Amino acid sequence: MATAHTTNEPRPPRGYFRALGESVADLGDVTLHSIDALGDISLFAWRTLVWMVARMPRRDTLVASMYQIGVRSLPVVALTGTFIGMVLAVQAYHQFRGFGMETRLGTMINLSMYRELGPVLAATMLAGRVGSAIAAELGTMRITEQIDALASMGANPVQYLVVPRFLSCLLMIPSLTIMAMFMGVVGGGFYCIYILGVDAHHYLTNSQESVQTWDLFYGVFKSFFFGAAIAIISCYRGFHCAPGAEGVGRAATSSFVQSFVVILVLDLSLSILLDKLYFTLWPEALY
Amino acid sequence: MASTKPEVAAEPIVELRDVCVEFGPQRVLRNVSLQVPRGQTLAVIGESGCGKTVLLKTVLGLQPVTSGEVLFQGERLAKLDDKQLTAVRTKFGFVFQNAALFDSMSIADNVAFPLVEHRRATREEAYQLVHERLAEVGLPPGVMLKKPAELSGGMRKRVGLARALAMRPEVLLYDEPTTGLDPIMSDVINELIIRTKKKYSVTSIIVTHDMHSALKVADRLVMLFPVTRLEPDEPQIIFDGTPQEAENSRDDRVSQFVRGEAGKRIDEMDQQLQHIYDSSMGA
Repeated sequence: MATAHTTNEPRPPRGYFRALGESVADLGDVTLHSIDALGDISLFAWRTLVWMVARMPRRDTLVASMYQIGVRSLPVVALTGTFIGMVLAVQAYHQFRGFGMETRLGTMINLSMYRELGPVLAATMLAGRVGSAIAAELGTMRITEQIDALASMGANPVQYLVVPRFLSCLLMIPSLTIMAMFMGVVGGGFYCIYILGVDAHHYLTNSQESVQTWDLFYGVFKSFFFGAAIAIISCYRGFHCAPGAEGVGRAATSSFVQSFVVILVLDLSLSILLDKLYFTLWPEALY
Repeated sequence: MASTKPEVAAEPIVELRDVCVEFGPQRVLRNVSLQVPRGQTLAVIGESGCGKTVLLKTVLGLQPVTSGEVLFQGERLAKLDDKQLTAVRTKFGFVFQNAALFDSMSIADNVAFPLVEHRRATREEAYQLVHERLAEVGLPPGVMLKKPAELSGGMRKRVGLARALAMRPEVLLYDEPTTGLDPIMSDVINELIIRTKKKYSVTSIIVTHDMHSALKVADRLVMLFPVTRLEPDEPQIIFDGTPQEAENSRDDRVSQFVRGEAGKRIDEMDQQLQHIYDSSMGA
């Protein structure tokens, strides 16, 4: 509604065509804003990449950031991974048992963890735990002029603040993903074998046979994109934070919501792309 | 122009030419031109929201200009690449309104930041320099290990000044250096500004609405007026002269500001409100 009602003059009554016109104008306005924002964030990502190549961050800054982003996220990722693995077992057990295929549960659980749930879960936890914190921290730095202070002292804020966070997310998310996968596999296996009483030998043999290195690669490959997207979106939101406590809150929330949406969109696109790649490389797998 | 001291060079170190800054539909600076000769202490005064801080940030390129040019030693900032801009910025020291200290770092690391960042010193050497700079602004070495949140407002401002002085800048930019401080601490800051100017013969640009401070430290006063209350062809700088000239100005807007009197401002505000009320009723 930004364009239509900026003046204080009395408006003529809204007719059908006028209302239609206004909706088209609103739609155009939203589209223009979205394209503008997309261009802006792409430019931000490009600057981050350029600075990453131009000058590596200092070792102590990078290590501290990797510790905060990676190591501190490990427990929560491991915990959620375990529970997701067990939940999968609970949900699928009766279905599989109906066909007498409960020893095949491991195949389903492990493949889901490797290909989908491991990377998406690790990325979601990273977006929630780290992404919001980055947006809030950088947002507070923006509104208290600390980012201006950095620039005024001849340090580039993107190089100093964004590059270490970007690199940490990019380098630590594969480990988090592998942790989520591993704990999911362990959780699912534990629940099936010890609680549901599935035969351990068959469960383990089937699990081993059905999962390939490709599946592990599939999940880890996707996670790099998720990590990069989380870092860029969160830093961008922080850098463009509106003034006040409300602005910081909104930056933190929107960084999570946008990261999550982007993770899901990327997940679908990459899954389609990787499947296409797989069947191009190994066409015999189709038959 | 108030180049009161004979040793002040005529060549401007900082220059703004027809600078305009707009935020969306809102225009904050309109065709502002200003020359600051080397060694001068200039105070930019004006009421809140008239664009003083924005003006200060354009000098350093922290605020992009919509049109016009900003020059440092005759070179246009817009022409410089990132590396050159960084080199220029190291010649400036910026004292922020709320000090803008990095709250994740200790005071020592804050003051040492520019030195370490530009690899002018190892961390140990930098701490030695931090010690000296803090002493210059009257802070004991005990504060070095503290975090900014543990310090009072006045101490934070002084740390901000020490950090701005760390690289021995040629130009110091102060954004409301005395705002929010008690009268004694305000005067301490004023004295520090004067002491710094004498000791290092820096050029200083001070943005303030504290007239006591402006009259005490400045060689030259420039008054900005909000664009929204100007006539379309009126210049935004409504006064440019010595502090004495400001005190004797015949322009009501200047003399009232210098004396700190509301004058007709309260009636204007009532009229504005009435106008908004009338137009919304009409709609």
